[in-house]
Amino acid sequence: MIENNGLNDNITFRTEALTKDYITGETVVQALRGVTLDIPKGDMVVLLGPSGSGKSTFLNIIGGLDSPTSGEVYFKKDRLSDYSEQQLTLFRRHNVGFVFQAYNLVPSLTALENVALVTDISLDPLPPMEAMKAVNMENRAHHFPSQLSGGEQQRVAIARALAKRPEVLLCDEPTGALDSETGIVVLKALRDVNKDYGTTTIIITHNAAIADMADRVIYFADGQVVNIKVNDNPCAPEEIVW
Amino acid sequence: MMEALNKKLVRDLWNIKGQMLAIIMVMACGIATFIMSFGVSDSLTLSRDVYYDRYQFADVFAQLKRAPYGVRQQILEIPGVSAVEVRVVFGVTIQVDNMVEPASGKLISLPDGRTPLLNNLYLRSGRMILPDEQGAILCSEAFATAHGFTLGDRISMVINGHKRSLSIVGIVLSPEYVYSLGPGAMFPDDKRFGVFWMSQRSLEAAVDMNGAFNDVAIRQDRGSNTAVIKQELDIVLKPYGGLVAYARDEQMSNWFVQNELDQLRVMGLFAPVIFLAVAAFLINVVMTRQVATQRVQIGMLKAVGYSNGEISRHYLKMVLMVVVVGSIVGIAAGVWLGAGMTNMYTDFFHFPILQFSFSAEVMIFSVLFCTLAAVIGTLIAIGQAATLPPAEAMRPESPLQFRRTLLERMGLEKYFSPLFRIVIRHVERRPVRTLLSTLGVGLSMSILIFALFMEDSITYLMEVQFDMAQRQDLSLGFTHPRAISALEEIRLMPGVIKVEPLRRVAVLLKSEHYAKRSSILGIRPNPDLHRILDRDLRAARVPAQGLALSSKLAEVLHVRRGDLVTVEVLEDRRPILKIRVAEIVEEFIGLNAFMDIDQLNRHLNEGPVITGASIMVDPLWNGPLYQKIKEIPAIASMNILRKAREIFREVMGENLLKMVAINVVFASLISFGVIYNTARIALSERGRELASLRVLGLTRGEVAYILFGEMTIIILMAIPVGLFIGYMMVLGMAQSMDTELFRLPAMVDKDTYGLSVIVVVLSAVLSFYLVWRQVENIDLVSAQKGVE
Ligand SMILES: Nc1ncnc2c1ncn2[C@@H]1O[C@H](COP(=O)(O)OP(=O)(O)OP(=O)(O)O)[C@@H](O)[C@H]1O
Ligand SMILES: [Mg+2]
Repeated sequence: MIENNGLNDNITFRTEALTKDYITGETVVQALRGVTLDIPKGDMVVLLGPSGSGKSTFLNIIGGLDSPTSGEVYFKKDRLSDYSEQQLTLFRRHNVGFVFQAYNLVPSLTALENVALVTDISLDPLPPMEAMKAVNMENRAHHFPSQLSGGEQQRVAIARALAKRPEVLLCDEPTGALDSETGIVVLKALRDVNKDYGTTTIIITHNAAIADMADRVIYFADGQVVNIKVNDNPCAPEEIVW
Repeated sequence: MMEALNKKLVRDLWNIKGQMLAIIMVMACGIATFIMSFGVSDSLTLSRDVYYDRYQFADVFAQLKRAPYGVRQQILEIPGVSAVEVRVVFGVTIQVDNMVEPASGKLISLPDGRTPLLNNLYLRSGRMILPDEQGAILCSEAFATAHGFTLGDRISMVINGHKRSLSIVGIVLSPEYVYSLGPGAMFPDDKRFGVFWMSQRSLEAAVDMNGAFNDVAIRQDRGSNTAVIKQELDIVLKPYGGLVAYARDEQMSNWFVQNELDQLRVMGLFAPVIFLAVAAFLINVVMTRQVATQRVQIGMLKAVGYSNGEISRHYLKMVLMVVVVGSIVGIAAGVWLGAGMTNMYTDFFHFPILQFSFSAEVMIFSVLFCTLAAVIGTLIAIGQAATLPPAEAMRPESPLQFRRTLLERMGLEKYFSPLFRIVIRHVERRPVRTLLSTLGVGLSMSILIFALFMEDSITYLMEVQFDMAQRQDLSLGFTHPRAISALEEIRLMPGVIKVEPLRRVAVLLKSEHYAKRSSILGIRPNPDLHRILDRDLRAARVPAQGLALSSKLAEVLHVRRGDLVTVEVLEDRRPILKIRVAEIVEEFIGLNAFMDIDQLNRHLNEGPVITGASIMVDPLWNGPLYQKIKEIPAIASMNILRKAREIFREVMGENLLKMVAINVVFASLISFGVIYNTARIALSERGRELASLRVLGLTRGEVAYILFGEMTIIILMAIPVGLFIGYMMVLGMAQSMDTELFRLPAMVDKDTYGLSVIVVVLSAVLSFYLVWRQVENIDLVSAQKGVE
């Protein structure tokens, strides 16, 4: 499966025998059971798999939000577990854009301010309003999260991730709450960022159709990678049949 | 940079303004009591020191029978003595027209043609005495104020058996009489005791003391040995009937002032330290929980790349707002109340000038202390949230591992409704939090008990003093010892129901190197009026042999029952005796020794004589009796105990009680602040869960039951905790408030406990109501949208 034994800048993420156990009282949940794979730079990757198969866990670990129980994660040439707390912070701040499954907007900030919260600490961000436009949310920019629908909140969360123009975009079900029309707008935005800036993009989804636009589709089941499909001819987001 | 984060800060603060206000209040109360108490104590101490210094308050004092002027030179030659002032001091009886009972006074000589070297006077109004001026006096301000005397008014007094009418030419204050206590009086009574000054030569002539003096005041060199000077002075004065010399620490006024200041310092230390510590603890707990409710947001901030430092700074800014506002309010309130309280103390401390002093150190310390508590609380909470991997922090409180609770495991579960089970599981699943909340509410309650106990204690003290120990209506003191037959004369006076003899003799008590000036009071073996009380505060028999010492006096002398003490009698032939301590008796005020009157007289080698009497009077006859007493020159002093009790309440009690009242208000505010915060935080921690329950069909009442059920359990547990800690604080306070002047019994009324419970319950009810209004506003829809 590993295309290149030596690490180089063309591989954004590499994981080796990654496992993650959650210990809850007396029961142990093996969320990941030995995940080894490479994610090449600039790829648009889609993660598919049944609920509970470990997709979010995987994304959290490579995004530096959680640490594995065993195994290694490499970001380009660096081993993530070698990072100090400060390096990890900088990694999250400058390299990763994350769209959380639960959106996690700050309730006391407006949509636009939620985006600004991230651009405030980025090196070369988009103007927050640009990011809002990219997800068709410019009209609701000054609303508070509690005044937005679930899908609108989700789009703000995506705008927030896009706005910092990160090297990698990690999206946990970014279209889960969206209708096909808005979903396509969002996917287009993700595709554009991916194309324009060469952003490595990983998208978790339950919608198999979205896989058609990916360069690479990784299938999870039961905490393991069961299949990887390389798509030589990804289609455009507009062509996706929802 | 980070503008969005600052906006979040401002809006978050605004959203929890109620809680922030409550924390600010707790902090301000803690700081204010601290600054107020230290301010009062520092201000009074400074006022005293400045006064003593500017008006040359003497270092060593002595009284004697009579010595010729030339002896002054001999005293001046004692090594270490830098200045000597010799005077004539004479006790007088004053007749004030609009007062039935007589007043007593002291007439002090002023050198003609120069200002005194020591114990100089502060002239409030009028002028000083001219050299050799006849018929003119200076009057102490306290006495003048009490009677409304002004310049030019005449006072008639009996001096050495002759009635004289003297004109007031000046109103003055003296460092020797900051606290002015009449002979035999327990408390200062400015109506019944006054101090007056007149020309030395005029006074000498009036009392047949030409070219002689009977009172010495000394200033000693810095660094010289007071004990040696006292000894030397005693040797010089011995041939002239000198009584044992004493230093400032035994000078009556100064001793009282010192004792009051000590008391104030204890109160001013104990109470505010407790308040501040409790406030700091509460701020800490509340801040920790406040920040902990932001755990998910902290996780998100970390996930998008904010560093721990930036996140900490963000929340510390929030704390800083609270701390800054709390400090400003606390300092302002503390200074304002402190200045007011200091002013009130001048009712019985006669200082000419009040110097306010609020030390910067005290302010800085109290502010830093609270700040530190708040900052540590915040950092703990941030630490807890920030050490978690962001993925975990963002997970809204991992589904908790519920266990069957202790009560359920004990098989009591069948008695519990499902709702109650939810409540009890919440209480049990977070033992540390439950404990801290319980402790918080308990502590806020305990300071309330602590604040209130002072009044209980003083009331109790007065009951013991006046209803059990000194049950007489009047105490009379004679100018000279009289034969016991004088009792018969008194018995025949109008309205007298019962008379008991008193024989008081001034002594110096010694045991090893401990010594204390006091007096031995001879009373009947089984007195009915002036009684002594045993350790359990029951009337005790006066021992047939030996001395009965008050427990404090025994402590000062380091003696126990059965030990021998040396008694140096400070009167007449001045015998030195060795007497065994036969009994230790309880007394909350003063340092007294008691003895069987016959035995005392035998020890003094005297027949059956008395120096005073305790009297029970039919109140209807008060007027005629006082009139009669006023006419008898042999009666030097008369103390009306009912009046003493009133004065105690008015002067000492009231000032103390004002401080108590302030503390009670603060303690109540703190209670409320803590309980409100605890309830409000519980709501923010569980708002979502409660909203879900509402969506599932629970009524508001049922949701409130879950929310407040937990709080109610905490409050119920906190009550015994609060009562216990409160009582411990009372014990601690009673132990530290143990001065020679005055002991505070550790006495807490049931009412105090009751009131503190009521305040806590009321705070809870009010907090529940306020939080309940927020429960009503839980937006079920937005709660389901995943927005907190
Ligand atoms: N903090 C946790 N504690 C215990 N178990 C956990 C925790 N987080 C995840 N799990 C478990 O780990 C497994 C994988 O979870 P994960 O969230 O990665 O699944 P997923 O593939 O993202 O599922 P979904 O598509 O439903 O989001 C699940 O069985 C889940 O219950
Ligand atoms: Mg998931």
